[in-house]
Amino acid sequence: MIAKMEGCRALIRALESESVSVIFGLPGGAIMPVYDALLDSGMRHILVRHEQSAAHMADGYARASGKVGVCMATSGPGATNLVTGIANAYMDSSPIVAITGQVPTSLIGRDSFQETDIVGITTPISKYNFQVKHASEIPAVVRTAFYVASNGRPGPVLIDIPKNVQTETSEVDFNSQLLVRARRNNSDPDPVLVKKAAEALATAERPFILSGGGVRISNAYEELRALSELLSAPVGTSLMGKGCFPEDHPLSLGMVGMHGTVEANKLVQEADVLLAVGMRFSDRTTSRPDDFCRDARIIHLDIDPSEIEKNKEVNIFIVGDAKKTLKGIYELLAGQLARNVRSSLERIKEVKGLLTQQISSNGGKELTPCKVLKEARKVLPRDAIVTTEVGQNQMWAAAYWRTYIPRTFITSGGLGTMGFGFPAALGAKVARPEAVVVDVAGDGSFLMTENCLATSISENIPVIVIVLNNGMLGMVAQWQRMFYKGRYSATRLGRSPDFVELARAYGAHGERVESLNQFSNVLRRAISSDTTTIIDVPIDPEENVLPMVPPGKGIDEMIVA
Amino acid sequence: MEQETFIIGTIVENKPGVLHKVSNMLRRKGFNIDSISVGPTETSDWSRMTITFRADEATARQLVRQMEKLLDVVRAKILDQSMSVARELALVKLRVEDTRARSDAINYANVFRSRVVDVSPNTLMVEITGTPDKIDAFIQLARGLGLVEISRTGVTALERGLNALNSEKEGAQNG
Repeated sequence: MIAKMEGCRALIRALESESVSVIFGLPGGAIMPVYDALLDSGMRHILVRHEQSAAHMADGYARASGKVGVCMATSGPGATNLVTGIANAYMDSSPIVAITGQVPTSLIGRDSFQETDIVGITTPISKYNFQVKHASEIPAVVRTAFYVASNGRPGPVLIDIPKNVQTETSEVDFNSQLLVRARRNNSDPDPVLVKKAAEALATAERPFILSGGGVRISNAYEELRALSELLSAPVGTSLMGKGCFPEDHPLSLGMVGMHGTVEANKLVQEADVLLAVGMRFSDRTTSRPDDFCRDARIIHLDIDPSEIEKNKEVNIFIVGDAKKTLKGIYELLAGQLARNVRSSLERIKEVKGLLTQQISSNGGKELTPCKVLKEARKVLPRDAIVTTEVGQNQMWAAAYWRTYIPRTFITSGGLGTMGFGFPAALGAKVARPEAVVVDVAGDGSFLMTENCLATSISENIPVIVIVLNNGMLGMVAQWQRMFYKGRYSATRLGRSPDFVELARAYGAHGERVESLNQFSNVLRRAISSDTTTIIDVPIDPEENVLPMVPPGKGIDEMIVA
Repeated sequence: MEQETFIIGTIVENKPGVLHKVSNMLRRKGFNIDSISVGPTETSDWSRMTITFRADEATARQLVRQMEKLLDVVRAKILDQSMSVARELALVKLRVEDTRARSDAINYANVFRSRVVDVSPNTLMVEITGTPDKIDAFIQLARGLGLVEISRTGVTALERGLNALNSEKEGAQNG
């Protein structure tokens, strides 16, 4: 269908045809025509106070919903402020489309006011990017951007649109072709390799399944669960995989990695066959990739062929969609396996017992992160969404916040972006307004994007922030205690704002709690209040995240107390 | 693992910015390139890039996969050097102050089956084509004669016989 219109209106129309219902952004000179056209559309715009938050909101929206999140900013500083959010989405394979205004084409390359080479800047941190040269290209560019962002291994795509292209009137064809060549379909696994994987798993004595974020992306939860039960194989997850397997399932071991559970880290090293699904053997998961599962036969399943041998040599690599491949393996094995379920459950119990003995001494205080998060789990509904900031708060949440449902644990895994959790919580709440959304924060991280409170109140997006307040940049401080002889360098925050007063200043609700009981009551009220609530929870400044695998050690060489 | 020289043949989309995307990826992944040559192909939509670099085999395979991950790369492949022809062209400018030096230079050029393409009262320019080793050898000799400057194209290569990057099935890629 061909129509004559301005580029900015073509953009809005193309976004509508991708079913975009919400855009997170902040206007500026070089994107004004698009903001004007936006007024005539039914799309919701959520105004941020800093563009980094717009990208994180789009990311949180995408992770909670599985749909592409959209953020928008002007040229120059608007565009560069998006960069951290785009890099964050790239590292965690999150589908977002970022739209930036650009100076008119006649001014490009002249160091014009608010000109920056955002295409050059985002090349290494985006899956693809465009600079649009003519209004007529817009439908094809938008269609391609959404296709690329959400297909295969998802990721961020940036569209940079010079201002004169936004205002140019042109014949625009909305039945456009993709601007990238049709790619080979990587989602169907090679049946020969699926059979090999099934055979390896069938003869395994101590199989272990390690699930990453790919299981969430391909919605392979049921297949993962069916296969794990069939094999009686325990399941550990990477940080990105948390939520892919219900953490109250008897075969669930929680997270593998630097701050993984004792049982997951021990049992993964004991495995004779490891099935790694939709994960990339990152340094935080494996500690030492060469040493990781050294004696196991490893089957690595991923949709991205460039993950083959990137971090770890394996025995069988299957390029394919996790859902289809796990189903394929399951079907080959169903009905012909009779593994002793009890033996793996007993081993899990044995190792878990070990853990309880080792850390049960960590009791005394009234408000510990462990107690607070376990209490929150009791109070919050099963499908509540938890986002995290980065650092100790994140690792405590990974360890103690049990996640039962996919897409309900949202965290910055690859990039480790402090300040991600709060805007991501707002994005998640926009995607799933019926869900209770909670940001587990530290006082350090929270102050990085605290101004999202303004957006939260103005746009009526109520979320709950639990600030685990230790007055420190806690994770760095923990490393200074452990590896730098306790010399604190720049990790004491000094005088922080009063979070209760801060909340009030923005029109939100804030409470400081002194006891677990009080915390529980405040949280209950926050859930039913529909007002953004900050719960300030003072904790011991010297509390460590344990267990921990020190850098450079094997994954089962944990410090537990 | 053992280091050797690899030649990677690639076909990429002929669009602005593709060379930047490729070189950016090579830099950020830490691949250390010896040469890269780019030019048009038999199809106007495509360009051909030939990359040479020293690495172990696993690294070479990873480079190919990272290339194929880029959406503007149509195909990338490690070329089997015994089944391919690889050539490089160099222009070598020599200082030749007297007749003796001039005739020496021309003799060397002949031995290397290269051609003299420009002459001035004090200089002589030689065009030499061959494998990088042959060009290295000539440049070594030229240093003794009085080398002014050189310009090398980097390696370009084609597989022998019917094998062709543009005809084989596409590499493993995804959108």
